[in-house]
Amino acid sequence: MSSIGSAAAATRTFKVWRGERGTGEFKSFTAEISPGMVVLDAIHQIQATQAPDLACRWNCKAGKCGSCSAEVNGKPRLMCLTRMESLPDGDVTVTPMKSFPSIKDLVTDVSWNYEQNKKITPFTPAKRGAAGVAADGTFRMQQVDVERSQEFRKCIECFLCQDTCHVIRDHDKKEVFSGPRFFVRAASLEMHPVDTADREPFLKHTGGIGFCNITKCCTEVCPEHIKITDNAIIPLKERVADRYYDPVVMLWRWMFKKKG
Amino acid sequence: MEIQTFEHDVLVIGAGGAGMRAAIEAADAGCSVGLVCKSLLGKAHTVMAEGGIAAALGNVDDRDGWKTHFADTMRGGQYVNNSRMAELHAKEAPERVRELEQWGAVFDRTKDGKILQRNFGGHRYPRLAHVGDRTGLEIIRTLQDHSVHKSQVAVYMECCITKLLKDGERVVGALGYYREKGRFVLFKAKAVIIATGGLGKAFEITSNSWEYTGDGYSLAYHAGAELLDMEFIQFHPTGMVWPPSVRGILVTEGVRGEGGVLRNKDGKRFMFDDIPENYRNQTAKDIEEGWRYTQGDKHAMRPPELLTRDHVARCINREVKAGRGSPHGGVYLDISWIKERIPNAREYIKKKLPSMYHQFMELGGIDITTEAMEVGPTTHYTMGGIRVDGDTQMSNVPGLFAAGESAAGLHGANRLGGNSLSDLLVFGKRAGEYAAKYAQQQQPGWIDEAEVKASMDWALHFMDAPKGDENPYKLQQDLQKSMQALVGIVRKEDEMLTALEKIKGYNERALKVAAPANREYNPGWHTCMDLSNLLTVSEALTRCAIERKESRGAQFRDDFPEKSKEFGEVNMIIKKAPDGAMQLRREPIKPLTDELQGVIKEIG
Ligand SMILES: Cc1cc2nc3c(=O)[nH]c(=O)nc-3n(C[C@H](O)[C@H](O)[C@H](O)COP(=O)(O)OP(=O)(O)OC[C@H]3O[C@@H](n4cnc5c(N)ncnc54)[C@H](O)[C@@H]3O)c2cc1C
Ligand code: SF4
Ligand code: SF4
Ligand code: FES
Repeated sequence: MSSIGSAAAATRTFKVWRGERGTGEFKSFTAEISPGMVVLDAIHQIQATQAPDLACRWNCKAGKCGSCSAEVNGKPRLMCLTRMESLPDGDVTVTPMKSFPSIKDLVTDVSWNYEQNKKITPFTPAKRGAAGVAADGTFRMQQVDVERSQEFRKCIECFLCQDTCHVIRDHDKKEVFSGPRFFVRAASLEMHPVDTADREPFLKHTGGIGFCNITKCCTEVCPEHIKITDNAIIPLKERVADRYYDPVVMLWRWMFKKKG
Repeated sequence: MEIQTFEHDVLVIGAGGAGMRAAIEAADAGCSVGLVCKSLLGKAHTVMAEGGIAAALGNVDDRDGWKTHFADTMRGGQYVNNSRMAELHAKEAPERVRELEQWGAVFDRTKDGKILQRNFGGHRYPRLAHVGDRTGLEIIRTLQDHSVHKSQVAVYMECCITKLLKDGERVVGALGYYREKGRFVLFKAKAVIIATGGLGKAFEITSNSWEYTGDGYSLAYHAGAELLDMEFIQFHPTGMVWPPSVRGILVTEGVRGEGGVLRNKDGKRFMFDDIPENYRNQTAKDIEEGWRYTQGDKHAMRPPELLTRDHVARCINREVKAGRGSPHGGVYLDISWIKERIPNAREYIKKKLPSMYHQFMELGGIDITTEAMEVGPTTHYTMGGIRVDGDTQMSNVPGLFAAGESAAGLHGANRLGGNSLSDLLVFGKRAGEYAAKYAQQQQPGWIDEAEVKASMDWALHFMDAPKGDENPYKLQQDLQKSMQALVGIVRKEDEMLTALEKIKGYNERALKVAAPANREYNPGWHTCMDLSNLLTVSEALTRCAIERKESRGAQFRDDFPEKSKEFGEVNMIIKKAPDGAMQLRREPIKPLTDELQGVIKEIG
């Protein structure tokens, strides 16, 4: 049975980070809680009744657009999918994603992510008549063969994985590391049955896949449940390691006896 | 005058499917293109589309072809559609879908490796190419990834256009502001394409996001463009109804396409009780036949759950009003029952409807593979909009084009599911192509600085010198409640006249809204400005709905419950009069060409 209806207290206190460009402080607000409510509802309620200029992003309210990323009680989450019932009693803190420059309140500057995408060689289909491409140019691909690529294409670009990854979050290697989202993107292309481009140089050099030491933190926060590390990053690292040396892969291969 | 200025051949307002497809086309034609959107790139409504994109590829049933798609679209739209658009759409959609595949979209596959197609309401054959139930995401990402590598396209994200600028009759640019810093920005352009989507935020219960405040309609209207058939607002039959915080969020028609059924609280499949005459010979006689249809039996007719959306929404409304609804004021939509018919039903449902599974699990605490969902109608789509030429997508204002949900004509009185995504691509491409051609023949226009200044002053006064202290959010909610109650699924003249009175009052209150004085990312201020668009479109749609004294498609009039021949021959046209008043006139619909008439006779 659903847990809805058994909602806890009628009001909750929210400590929302408010400020501009990195300087700011927590402000406390009280919001009325109704059954099934999510954190984004509370933010909207606060906006409509107490702080009209409270900045946050959202669009779909259903986990489909990846706009409402923030940190709830310190954990990277989509606010629209974070049910109040799922949070422990007590105050709820809401802060912007830590890894990106703050703009205002819960809104951060995620433009760096858009720049990464441009570095990835676009889809490059095989020519007519090649395997998977019919004489009229349309593709012939079996469902099982497209499923891997489809898993990666579920990505809603919430950038929570980017926010979590310690290479970005703690070491700020944005200059040399594209982050898990863009390994997922590269993987969606690399594993497309009729794609012919070579993205290994990107992965190795511009994308910096070698910085990833497969901690799997990105996988844990992905709201689309994409197995980022196991299904995208490790296979890509494998490919890259076949061409360039990667100590992490070597160790991983050794541990799992997967001699390449 | 200090204002950041950009110059492009073509300015595209809106970066959903229509806007991005238009931008790609105009760039490929050699134009410099500015692409503006209110949210981040890739977050437009198109990303939320679930069920699929309609195109007569004939991959699953080779009897399908453009003629059947055309006839289905006209029937669904109850013959007040722009038949030229319906024709072009049916003919060109397959090519646009195949092109998407060439650009990297990965649709689900048939057994022989082609693009798979599924059943949807009002489509005679399985016609919707799809990716599970996240087709919109696939489309927007494909277009996004295809366009980011085009150097001729400059993207301006989180930038909101507030005014179109004209040089004489011609549109020559637009003024907007960046949401981030609240700074103004001026775009000079030889052609402008509006692809801003719809107006669902005029209603309380909607599947639409904050972006859908009808900006494009309002911008175009104030620039002298005609709006067409604004009364036709689609109420999608299946939105979530519980818990309260998710009320209105869409449940894709794909659920019914995959075998989901509607039941009232007595467990009855009430849709069998009310099958409209013109669909009788296309509808299953019993539960068995309906089931066989969803499983691909080519000799079976579709179950009544897959009748057009307007009809299904009204039937649900009736059940609820008659006290036969579910506990939270909806009816039951059940897909879990298919476990009686197929092995591995649970896996099948999760595979075919992954995001619905998630949505209910995470937001409603309901496992749709074992329990029924509670659903009810939600404001979903605007069939009406900017009146355009079917071939070129240009409005009556030179240099002003429109495509996608912001343009009107294709869908008539009711849109078939899946026909929007195809609309975006077919007419997005056409708008891009013809706007580029037009732009290449023009000289840059003259920008009226006084007009720009007045417009900026207007925007700033909500913070700097407000005329009152109205809360913009509250006003928006009041408007939404009134529209929902008075101009919703079932309409009556007296209620709509009350709505007009209320809108008048809201307009007065809108003059007095105020926001905290801070230009940086200030949603309160943005809402103040959005209100004026929302009020304009609310008035337009109410006026059209009053004038159309009949029930047709999405418009259901309690006081005129039947279709009328007289109104079946006209479109409603809204235009701003020279004195600033909103004018409404009826205009005869162009008769079908002999060829198209022949198609309708042939297909039936
Ligand atoms: C939940 C849901 C499911 C759907 N499922 C389907 C489906 O399965 N099949 C189908 O065919 N259709 C479906 N639809 C309908 C379809 O998705 C939309 O009609 C379609 O995506 C609209 O596309 P568009 O390009 O016209 O506008 P949008 O994708 O909405 O884009 C509008 C753009 O305009 C921008 N904009 C708006 N105002 C301004 C302004 N003032 N200044 C600057 N930019 C502005 C926005 O930021 C945005 O970028 C669905 C709709 C919803 C809501
Ligand atoms: S697995 Fe790699 S990419 Fe993912 S969080 Fe860890 S280091 Fe970052
Ligand atoms: S991979 Fe997952 S976490 Fe990362 S951006 Fe995509 S959806 Fe978000
Ligand atoms: S609002 Fe779209 S993911 Fe949260």
